[in-house]
Amino acid sequence: MSERARVLALHGGLLVLLLALHFVLPPYHHGNLARIMVLASYAAGYNIVFGYTGLLSLGHALFFAAGMYAMGLSVPHIGTGTALLAGVAAGGIGAILLGLLALRTRGVAFMIVTLMFAQAGYLTILYFGAWTRGDEGFVIARASRMLWGLDLSDAAHRYLAALALFALVLGACLWMVRAPFGRSLIAIRENEPRAAMLGYDTFRLKLAAMAASGAISGAAGAAYALLFGYAGASFASVEYSILPLLWVLLGGAGTVLGPFIGTLFMFYLIDLSSGVTSAYMLIAGIALVLLTLFAPRGLMGTVRARLWRWLP
Amino acid sequence: MDLGPYLLLAILEGAVMASVLALTAVGLSLVFGVMRVVNIAHGEFFMLGAVLAWYVTQMVGGPPSLGFGVALVVAPLIVGAIAVAADMTVLKRLDYDPERTIVATIGLLYIIQQLTLMGYGPEARPVEPPFNTRLALPWFEVRDGALALYWPWGLSTTSYKLAVIGAGIAVLLGVWAMMARSQMGLVMRAVQADRDMALAFGIPVERVYAMVFGLGAALAALAAVLIVPISQAHYLMGADPLLLAFTVVIIGGLGSLPGTVVAAILIGLSDGIISVFFSPTLAKILATLLVALVLVFRPQGLFGVRSA
Repeated sequence: MSERARVLALHGGLLVLLLALHFVLPPYHHGNLARIMVLASYAAGYNIVFGYTGLLSLGHALFFAAGMYAMGLSVPHIGTGTALLAGVAAGGIGAILLGLLALRTRGVAFMIVTLMFAQAGYLTILYFGAWTRGDEGFVIARASRMLWGLDLSDAAHRYLAALALFALVLGACLWMVRAPFGRSLIAIRENEPRAAMLGYDTFRLKLAAMAASGAISGAAGAAYALLFGYAGASFASVEYSILPLLWVLLGGAGTVLGPFIGTLFMFYLIDLSSGVTSAYMLIAGIALVLLTLFAPRGLMGTVRARLWRWLP
Repeated sequence: MDLGPYLLLAILEGAVMASVLALTAVGLSLVFGVMRVVNIAHGEFFMLGAVLAWYVTQMVGGPPSLGFGVALVVAPLIVGAIAVAADMTVLKRLDYDPERTIVATIGLLYIIQQLTLMGYGPEARPVEPPFNTRLALPWFEVRDGALALYWPWGLSTTSYKLAVIGAGIAVLLGVWAMMARSQMGLVMRAVQADRDMALAFGIPVERVYAMVFGLGAALAALAAVLIVPISQAHYLMGADPLLLAFTVVIIGGLGSLPGTVVAAILIGLSDGIISVFFSPTLAKILATLLVALVLVFRPQGLFGVRSA
């Protein structure tokens, strides 16, 4: 098989498997998998900046929450389809604005600036509690969760909608890493001065990576609000900036499948441990330390290094 | 009350805050300056100090001053030892790579915080102050063309709060003396200036790193022991000091100790004053944005001269 055929077979095969699981999974895992696909889309958006461009952002909860609140607050006024697009736009525009400032710094300073802006965003949501209902959050009415005649509060529709979003994001990421745009991002990650010397406008490329990443994160946030009918300030907290980092690290930074694999494993790990103890974030902490110490390439990164050199 | 007494009260509260903040931030700044490590788990070392202070005072018993005195020594030592262990088992093995240590210290943050939740529980618990006399403060007014003192109602502080301010100043002077005058400080400054050259001159850089990381954590723990009789010990109390310490360290210039102290006083005082007169959430938003913008447009900090 040619490399292209292998890549298409592997990623297409995953999507077919997910579609097949729709018909066989028991309700509990069916619901979980729908949630995992939305969160994995968020992680895939994060992966563009962290995995492919090599920028450690700790502020992506800002874009996820921007998408979520843009969708949730506007949906009663402008209809579901437009509100969904508003969520994508909010994530993308937020990322461009933050990128214009934060990309002037590098390394540790970039991480702190993104963290600080996300924190300011979180506090802003709390400050305007009259509209956002703060920590308590608000429920999105069932009437607002109809898209093209599909009732998204229905479990089957919800799963298929999550799958559609995930397939779209996966396809976009696959296209990106094979396109010149994605290749130049990898060049920046590996050696930014050299990429600049070869004539690439690295600032503009990094800004474009931020925009794409923010738009996907915003789409995931908007989809989360739409599918699960809830928006709350906790989705803007630091924890939701750190979780995609954890998912991507576990699955493998800079791989297309990594975000999904990492989200799947971590979701079930935390789900299982939260049955045992209320201190379930302990698992996340231990995983972060062990991954940085022993497996910085993550699961799919290791598979690529040992087994399938062609893995995108 | 008039504005004057109000302001005095706000400044006193701010000074307590500034003193604790300066200790915490100097610890963070020391670690960043010497090791180039951004320690996200610093706030959890602060929290551990407060929680250990509660355990120690419970175990020692006797008069409050005895238990508190023991906690003042024991809690920073234990926290420092934990930090040294974390440095040797985790950070050293990452070769102090800036980005990977950030991820690892985020992991440490959750490990320490969640283990505390499992062991200590979700309650907030008070620690009794060793002494707590109420001191009424005088204010002046112009009466018949002459200054006269009077004691406005509500204008008071406690002896303990004044002691915290004093203790903060004393410890900061101690840190300064150590850095500027002692052999240990000289070695630390050498490692900060040029790690490879220090190594070439036979300085055990890895041992210095472990010591600095322990010292930074111990300073945070000490600050927490000082503040715990005023606030309370809770497993989530590390988040606010972490963000404030970041703010201070960035405004003061990453890795510059004098800048850190000046910024701590500035931010502690303004935080005290702003939260008396304005909404604390709004103040936090503005402070956070200010910090981010300082980092973008003046990465050397408002007082720093060296680039970070």
